[in-house]
Amino acid sequence: MIRILSALAVVCVLSLSQSAAIAADKDPIMVGSVLDETGGLNVYGKTMADATRLAVKSINDSGGVLGRPLKLVTYDAQSDNSKYTTYANQLALRDKVSVIMGGITSASREAIRPIADRNKTLYFYNEQYEGGVCDKNVFLTGIVPSQQIAPLVDWAIKNGKKKFYVLAADYNYGHISADWVKQYVKKAGGSVIGVDFIPLDVSEFGSVISKLQEAKPDVVFSLLVGGNHIAFYRQFAAAGLASRMQVVSATFGLGNEQVVLGPQEANGITVAFPYFQELGGAGNDKFRDNWKKAYGAGYPYITDSAVAVWNGWHLWAAAVEKAGSTDRDKVIAALESGVEFDGPSGKVSMDAGTHHLVQNVHLARANDSHGFTVIGEQQAVVPNYERSVCDPKARPGTARQFTPSASAN
Amino acid sequence: MAASHLGWIANMAVSIGLSIAILILISLGLSVLFGMMGIINLAHGEFLMFGAFATLAGVRLQLPLPVAMILATCVVAAYGWVVERLLIRHLYGRLADSMLATWGLSLVMSQVAVYLFGSSTQGIATPGGSFKVGEFSISVYSVILIVAALGLLGFVYAVFTRTKYGVMARAAVQRPQMAAAIGIDPQRINALTFMFGAGLAGAAGALLAPMVGVMPTMGEAYIARAFMTVVVGGSGVLTGAAAASTLLGGIENIVSYLSTPFFGQAALLILAICLVRVMPTGISGRLRRKL
Repeated sequence: MIRILSALAVVCVLSLSQSAAIAADKDPIMVGSVLDETGGLNVYGKTMADATRLAVKSINDSGGVLGRPLKLVTYDAQSDNSKYTTYANQLALRDKVSVIMGGITSASREAIRPIADRNKTLYFYNEQYEGGVCDKNVFLTGIVPSQQIAPLVDWAIKNGKKKFYVLAADYNYGHISADWVKQYVKKAGGSVIGVDFIPLDVSEFGSVISKLQEAKPDVVFSLLVGGNHIAFYRQFAAAGLASRMQVVSATFGLGNEQVVLGPQEANGITVAFPYFQELGGAGNDKFRDNWKKAYGAGYPYITDSAVAVWNGWHLWAAAVEKAGSTDRDKVIAALESGVEFDGPSGKVSMDAGTHHLVQNVHLARANDSHGFTVIGEQQAVVPNYERSVCDPKARPGTARQFTPSASAN
Repeated sequence: MAASHLGWIANMAVSIGLSIAILILISLGLSVLFGMMGIINLAHGEFLMFGAFATLAGVRLQLPLPVAMILATCVVAAYGWVVERLLIRHLYGRLADSMLATWGLSLVMSQVAVYLFGSSTQGIATPGGSFKVGEFSISVYSVILIVAALGLLGFVYAVFTRTKYGVMARAAVQRPQMAAAIGIDPQRINALTFMFGAGLAGAAGALLAPMVGVMPTMGEAYIARAFMTVVVGGSGVLTGAAAASTLLGGIENIVSYLSTPFFGQAALLILAICLVRVMPTGISGRLRRKL
């Protein structure tokens, strides 16, 4: 019996592979995504995964890419960094996808990046991060410090707040970003009077709040990450500090902190991202409608990360159309020729020299209705720092991350 | 100058007190189960999470926060009774099996929480506001938590010394044969004790809910520290939990304050290792009259 079954199986596999060879033209294009949909990091991953499915669906609904539909393979990394290694390998080797999109924390990106490089599989990282990645094979649609931390620091100093205290998550994102804050604050004429790194599983901030009360900074610059760290804003407000210090953050909002916190706890926290759900414009109206249709009107908040994912998929699709092929080198050449997309936050264009985006950046503060009030806009902001260090077109062999302090690398 | 000193002292006292209070809260339920039943409940963090979500659900139903907290505690206690009936009862005296079963239970519970409440972080705004001492402002809710932790310690003491159940439970632990001989039903006592421990975990979750983000994985953030406290404290339910919480919470907060929370956590772990090395049965291990 077993023998008959296995013989049948062999026949099946053979006939399958044969039919696959015949129908190669109309075969779907395999594409892959790895995100944290469960575990502590799903505060970010849930919305990003929803954006992934919606983006692939919208591309398929409008005829696919090169006349072929996309077939999405997704894996849930469960907030476990080692799973990223496993799933990135599976996507590249078993599923043989044309592009891998995914990774949330910088640690997860650095887990995927070498695997994608080694297996010659195109990789998109769609999340705000600490900047400086320069890799022929990697494209990054998130906002970087020169587009985000610099305007936040400038805004605070323009409002007469010069003494900064930095609270950062204790891993590569927090450390490198804290260096950026120090650099931009110094450049703008302010001073950083303290930096604290907080492990991701800390949710009790009593000692940090004591230190803040003693140091009396004008600005608390938060680079806190994950569900546990949300407790900081709550305990900070409960200790009555919210009226005495301005909180600015490069991460607040990505995990829907403004929805989780009470209005009086979040009110006034100032952030900078390309996308806010409240943005005007026909592009965003349509995007929001689509989203609500797919996921219901009660959806908490569409985060900037979700839009970075959305932009990533559409830029990749545009590049494949332009290249006329899913061949990695041709798609990279197309992306480097400057692909553009009219996204929900306005026009985004792939910066040919750096593999980062030139995009609009909005300043906003959390308001008392669990959302943001946009208070400023800068159009077509370029990734300055990446332009100064990175040129994969001229130096295709580069595959590293540049950081402000050489020792960090 | 004197006022600012006073403010500093008050602020530090509340800050350290809060660290200790949180450890007491999260470890008390575990300590009761370990000390009175010898059960290591690996789902303790999820019982706590359940308490927090039950409180959240109560608040969403427009109940006043204290009422929601008390109801949540009762719900988790009732759930504990059911768990004892269906699962724990069959595993007495099989330490490894009971650990495995409760660990499985913890996985099931956190996934059910994801299914029911969604995976995103939710929360209740911290009530109470703040008050000022000198230049420092202090959260009212921190003080409430410290008082609540002391209150719970007192409550546990009262239950084990002043109620019939408490006396029978201690008898069943200290002289099991004798207790059985005079007609104490160990099955009933065990069910009640497990229910009591679960209720304490639920109360801890309910009390922490307005301070932190409520999410299905929140148990993981506390479980390691809760175990550390119980192991260091030993089998004395009250003395162990209180002494270990004071030592570990105190050192964590002071080192965090002097350096960073990273070293604060490291200091807690190092102290715990040293204490267990010197006193393998825990701080309360050498006490003759255990509670």
